[in-house]
Amino acid sequence: MGIIKRISGPLVIAKDMLGSAMYDVVKVGRAELVGEIIQLKGEDAIIQVYEDTSGLRPGESVESTGSPLSVELGPGVLRMIYDGIQRPLEVLEQKSGSFIGKGITAEPLDRKKEWEFVVKDGIKKGIDLNQGDIIGYVQETDLIKHYIMVPAGVSGKIKSITGGSFTVDEAVATLDNDGSEVQLKMFQRRSVRRSSPFKRKFITSEPLTTGQRVVDTFFPVAKGGTAAVPGPFGAGKTVIQHQLAKFADSDIVVYVGCGERGNEMTEILTEFPELQDPRTGKPLMERTILIANTSNMPVAAREASIYTGITIAEYFRDMGYSVAVMADSTSRWAEAMREISARLEEMPGEEGYPAYLSKRLAEYYERSGMVESLNGSKGSITLIGAVSPPGGDISEPVSQGTLRVVKTFWSLDASLASSRHFPSINWLNSYSLYLDALEPWYVKNVGEGFVEDRKEAMRLLQRESELKEIVQLVGEDALPESERVLLEIGRMIREDYLRQSAFDEIDAYTSLRKQSLMLNTMLFFSKAASDAVKNGLSADKVAGAKVKAEISRMKGIKEENADAEIGKIKDHIASEFREMTNAEHEAEENAEKKAKEVVE
Amino acid sequence: MNFEIEYNTIASVAGPLVVVNKVKNAAYGEIVRIRLPNGEYKLGQVLDTSENNAVVQVFGPTNGIDVKASSVSFTGETFSVGVSEDMLGRIFDGRGRPRDSGSAVSSETKRDINGEPINPVSRAMPSDFIETGISTIDGLNTLVRGQKLPLFSSSGLPHNQLAAQITRQAKVKNQSEGFAVVFAGIGITYDDAEYFIREFRKTGALKRTAAFINLADDPSIERIITPRIALTTAEFLAYEKNMHVLVILNDMTNYAEALRELSSAREEVPGRRGFPGYMYTDLASIYERAGIIRGKKGSITQLNVVTMPSDDVTHPIPDLTGYITEGQMFLSRALSNKGIYPPVNPLGSLSRLMNNGIGAGKTREDHRGVADQLYGAYARAQDAKSLSSIVGAEALSEGDRRYLNFGEAFEERFIRQGFDEDRSIEETLAIGWDLLSMLPETELTRIKVDYIKKYYKKSV
Repeated sequence: MGIIKRISGPLVIAKDMLGSAMYDVVKVGRAELVGEIIQLKGEDAIIQVYEDTSGLRPGESVESTGSPLSVELGPGVLRMIYDGIQRPLEVLEQKSGSFIGKGITAEPLDRKKEWEFVVKDGIKKGIDLNQGDIIGYVQETDLIKHYIMVPAGVSGKIKSITGGSFTVDEAVATLDNDGSEVQLKMFQRRSVRRSSPFKRKFITSEPLTTGQRVVDTFFPVAKGGTAAVPGPFGAGKTVIQHQLAKFADSDIVVYVGCGERGNEMTEILTEFPELQDPRTGKPLMERTILIANTSNMPVAAREASIYTGITIAEYFRDMGYSVAVMADSTSRWAEAMREISARLEEMPGEEGYPAYLSKRLAEYYERSGMVESLNGSKGSITLIGAVSPPGGDISEPVSQGTLRVVKTFWSLDASLASSRHFPSINWLNSYSLYLDALEPWYVKNVGEGFVEDRKEAMRLLQRESELKEIVQLVGEDALPESERVLLEIGRMIREDYLRQSAFDEIDAYTSLRKQSLMLNTMLFFSKAASDAVKNGLSADKVAGAKVKAEISRMKGIKEENADAEIGKIKDHIASEFREMTNAEHEAEENAEKKAKEVVE
Repeated sequence: MNFEIEYNTIASVAGPLVVVNKVKNAAYGEIVRIRLPNGEYKLGQVLDTSENNAVVQVFGPTNGIDVKASSVSFTGETFSVGVSEDMLGRIFDGRGRPRDSGSAVSSETKRDINGEPINPVSRAMPSDFIETGISTIDGLNTLVRGQKLPLFSSSGLPHNQLAAQITRQAKVKNQSEGFAVVFAGIGITYDDAEYFIREFRKTGALKRTAAFINLADDPSIERIITPRIALTTAEFLAYEKNMHVLVILNDMTNYAEALRELSSAREEVPGRRGFPGYMYTDLASIYERAGIIRGKKGSITQLNVVTMPSDDVTHPIPDLTGYITEGQMFLSRALSNKGIYPPVNPLGSLSRLMNNGIGAGKTREDHRGVADQLYGAYARAQDAKSLSSIVGAEALSEGDRRYLNFGEAFEERFIRQGFDEDRSIEETLAIGWDLLSMLPETELTRIKVDYIKKYYKKSV
């Protein structure tokens, strides 16, 4: 037991701490505030405290729990909303009301609730078990079977195992480990700052489909991959993160609200239970876990919240699930790191951030990946981090440190946002390094044509932006007809494909099938229009084509009608251009005739 | 800890900071009283405490404090303020002491000015439309109860008038529940303070207003606590007395500069432009105190004035504010120079919670569409305007000319309104439809066809 020597904000220095280890969790002062040892100096320990320290005095005691900051994992974790150090916020509300008081503790998992434990086939007395092995499951929600695994570092021969109703705190099995008896419960603890062990990592080859056209078609992220969304305020980072949390085709979603607005968490809490997963029809909340450490909650817990989220994700990954982690925003995490570092009086690096900032960022993103877990199942963690660069300028250390490690970059653009083009992902400077690796998957599952269409569409968009620069100098009239048509097509792809409303019931989610139909139809229009212009039709006529209205309404067609209705549009395009070209020729012939008559 | 013990052990005084030696175990955040040789008292707060000494931040100027004869006593309490319903109708200084001629207010209860964070689970989603009577706000960037929305302004722009007008006109429809205003003047000039008080008095708002005023020549360190006292009062009125409280914090730029001053006195590592690295967290601890709590009748809505140094929205103060608040109202110098009041530029403004507060049953079913269409048309008008400045108005296409005219009319009829003009949402939408009727029906792609049929005026 130690004694407080000095207090400065969230940082406490305690003496007589010999025997405690780095990153041990401690209870600080009479109020028993939760803290973590982040530095040891002789007999002194430097502790970051996860709660407000006002009222704390030197001379009060500090007690080490002897274990590092860890999370409890077991049935009951789904659908929960936790703070940064995994205190269940709903329980805190029952204990201290609408405001979070100091020194309140609560078990992350409900100790009283009973779960129906089903023993896995072939798991019985006499079997040898190793760490990570699955012994059975609990049907936690309609969507998710919660597999019960042997915790890390535990192994032995099964002495007894029974199915039935248990609380998480009751033993469901006993193991014989060289004569000593080990009890297995349905929950385990994992340290948050260390990544959980697995057998090996795979190179990812499957996209995380999100129903967002600009993402899925042009800048996909792989299952087990990483993506970053930097952008100034008002560019729609949070809306994109929410859309991904709703529609990504992962089995589990962990959403970390790190230092952001309280009302945004409320929005998720009110929306998700009512929203349905487009693939299963079940409420989205059934696969979701929320970590909420809003901007007014203590800063040190904000630093921990990111790790709490990823550790929970690793647990589900080890069961063989695909997990998506949204971290909004990693900049607040980095700022929390900076604040603690400054109080430790460490030598600052760039913009006051600690010199180890980029290493921490890299370590964090490396916890993503598609892996074979210890029990042989294949699971993945996809990590999507929002970044909030000051003034929207991504030359700052957090953005740069992130971009060095992530492979998909969705560049949010303030000028797109201010023209209400959402999602405001800039198609010219965003990138996805997964495109090549994912190509075989797209060819197999969506069709070869789609891959070609994507390349063609991107080519058109790039050409459009070059032309727009010229137009700004010389005006549109100076362009040849063939290029004016390109401007029209570029505009169509931007307005009717890249732009997608998060608030429209149908438009909010587009399946890959429908995406391929939509894009193919637009390129069909592009081809027909270019050909027609070659045949003498003017670009103005193309711009006035009636079928364009049908094309722009494609986004509002229901998924189940997509094949039938979008298929028809191509016929309409073909027939309208045929008519327009014929009319044009007729008009020309008539004009010629008239001219001849006049001459004659 | 012990009120009677007076420490005669001041070691150093630097800026607003006083280091006291040989103090036995002062609490972090504890309030101290410093007695000057002339018998005067000053208040301070413990910023850093060790077994034998404490660093104290003094509220107010440190002149008169000396190392030899001044003494320090520790109160054992963190900074708290007495609050009561009687505070309405009164004017206080930046530390909560009566500034008007009235007597001291007897407090019902004492509250820590730092408050406690609202549990995210306990929040209710803000969704009640506040009618401010100002078209650019109600029509395009609707404010809802429980929202925090800053006015991004610049020196020389009429943000004070606008804040006063909103305070006077703001109401929630069909509601007779208690309504109160808490005004915090942070480092504002005497003129500005007087302006607000006069306005409140003139319109009768004063009797439901509690004003806390820290003047420009008051100690800047006091500015750190003024907004917190105001919000603590507001929380009491909202959550204990079931009132809907509008809190006006004016001006947050002065607050942030006081924060920087304190940070540099503490010799902390400076962040961008010298502001401390924790400024985001610190500002959040103020802004996030807006909101609605499930099961409680009252609410806190914040309207914060932020003057952007040299009109720069990427300056750390507006930048960090924008990351925390739920949108912003952008005052434009260009509009103001044209003589248009209120010079709210719809293109830079945003209300993130607007969708929750509008639509059928709240405002009107066509509200979203009209707002989007007006926004789009005004943006297009700006493009046409910049084009016409290059090629001349004659060279514009017919379509562009139409938008150019629309833009002019929009500024004159929709944005411009009188300081005393209180437009209902129906009037605002009617003006909107008048303006949209200048455009051909086919251009109105963002409004549902049914609503166009119902409201579009062909004759215009």
